[in-house]
Amino acid sequence: MTKTLSLLAALALSLGVQFAAFANTIAPDALVKGVTDDVIAIVRQDKAIQSGDTRKAVDLVETKVLPYFDFAHMTRLAVGKDWRQANPEQKAALTHEFKTLLVRTYSNALTQYRNQVIDFKPLKAKPEDTDVIVRTEVRQAGAKPVQIDYALDKQGDSWKVYDVMVAGVSLVTNYRDSFGQEVRAGGIDGLIKSLKDKNKQLETTVQAKK
Amino acid sequence: MMKNNKSKLQRQALLRGAATLALGLGLSACAATGGGHPKDPLEPLNRATFQFNEQADRFVIRPVAQVYDYVPLPVKTVVGNFFGNLGDVWIGVNNLLQGKVAEALSDGGRVLVNSTVGLLGAFDIATELGLEKHDEDLGQTLGVWGVGEGPFLVLPILGSSNFRDTLGLVGDIYADPVIQHKEVATRNSATGLRLIHKRSVLLGADTTAEQAALDKYSYMRSFYMQYRLNQVYDGSPPRVKDFDDEEAQADQPAAPALAAADSATPSPTSATKESQE
Repeated sequence: MTKTLSLLAALALSLGVQFAAFANTIAPDALVKGVTDDVIAIVRQDKAIQSGDTRKAVDLVETKVLPYFDFAHMTRLAVGKDWRQANPEQKAALTHEFKTLLVRTYSNALTQYRNQVIDFKPLKAKPEDTDVIVRTEVRQAGAKPVQIDYALDKQGDSWKVYDVMVAGVSLVTNYRDSFGQEVRAGGIDGLIKSLKDKNKQLETTVQAKK
Repeated sequence: MMKNNKSKLQRQALLRGAATLALGLGLSACAATGGGHPKDPLEPLNRATFQFNEQADRFVIRPVAQVYDYVPLPVKTVVGNFFGNLGDVWIGVNNLLQGKVAEALSDGGRVLVNSTVGLLGAFDIATELGLEKHDEDLGQTLGVWGVGEGPFLVLPILGSSNFRDTLGLVGDIYADPVIQHKEVATRNSATGLRLIHKRSVLLGADTTAEQAALDKYSYMRSFYMQYRLNQVYDGSPPRVKDFDDEEAQADQPAAPALAAADSATPSPTSATKESQE
């Protein structure tokens, strides 16, 4: 019990320190590197995550990664021009469901991490830029490296990720076609419902796995 | 005589292709009212092929790849390196065709090093020496030359493609040392092994795609289009203005309210966590 408590305290402290560290306009490439290194270090030591404990992976992503993502921006980007016909409540619902879907899916992907090495490419940006791409490459024994790029924009003092591209494919805009289909078929509410159903379905598979 | 036979076969193949195309166009004409994807006029035909591929993958290809995946990693690496080395020749030719002489020379160097010091391609010594592996094919070369991608097309077993890349694929097959190998038994087993090896690399990524997609067909279609564009531009496609997003951005005042509403909604993950404890 005390062990758990001290662990929690340590975690809270380290998170606090981290927030403080990242709050002062840390450069976008340093931010991506910091978060990635952090997460990898944890996954490397966590046997539960490695053996497919999705819930634990979701927790890790929610505490370590989410603060640096702008999900409202991501959702707007994924929905595209139909975003305008959504009212504020629908926008909130869409953002919430899309966030859940992305977190669920990519936390699961984290459980597949096996000693890959991540290379960070030098940042090509001018100091006055407010929209940059941080390029990385994931190397793995016996396979071609996979390119993973992060698009960030500057909001006030801090940088936020609004798009992730794997092998040049945006994990965000890749949804636009299917979201458009859903909106044409059942309006914004139809899209919200499809996302909700998808998330429910994923939740049950997570539970079945446990 | 031989020549005559061959051209007859080619004519037949052409006719069959044309018939499939006509069928596809006819089908899509019936369904064209739904405001489908502008680059996918053959959507109904493509969806049918996609379904067929999904079943073939689910019941045959994926299970075989899963069994293959039990092979120890060093052996799988050798398999990958061997086929990779054979492929580097054509990759070099394509780099040359695209005017990238330095890359082509590097590919030639790779083949030289890996075929000798790398024991007939079993080991990728060239990468260790800093000669990076490239990824080129005739479809990409046509893309670099300015050939448009044409309609999206799902090929049986091989999956997502488009008219340009299918044309490129025909050239790739003509130049492929495995498929052009004379001895039929070796050719077939090598082609099969390569397919299964390639599929096994995607194990894991396939479940992620399955989980991520609302409609897997349109997800994979969009994926392929972005993926190929990225390949044609060797990893850095031009950043174009996103008109759909510009339009979406037109009304920004809702943003603060939205952020507040989102944090007010309890997340389903935390809710279920509580109920489990």
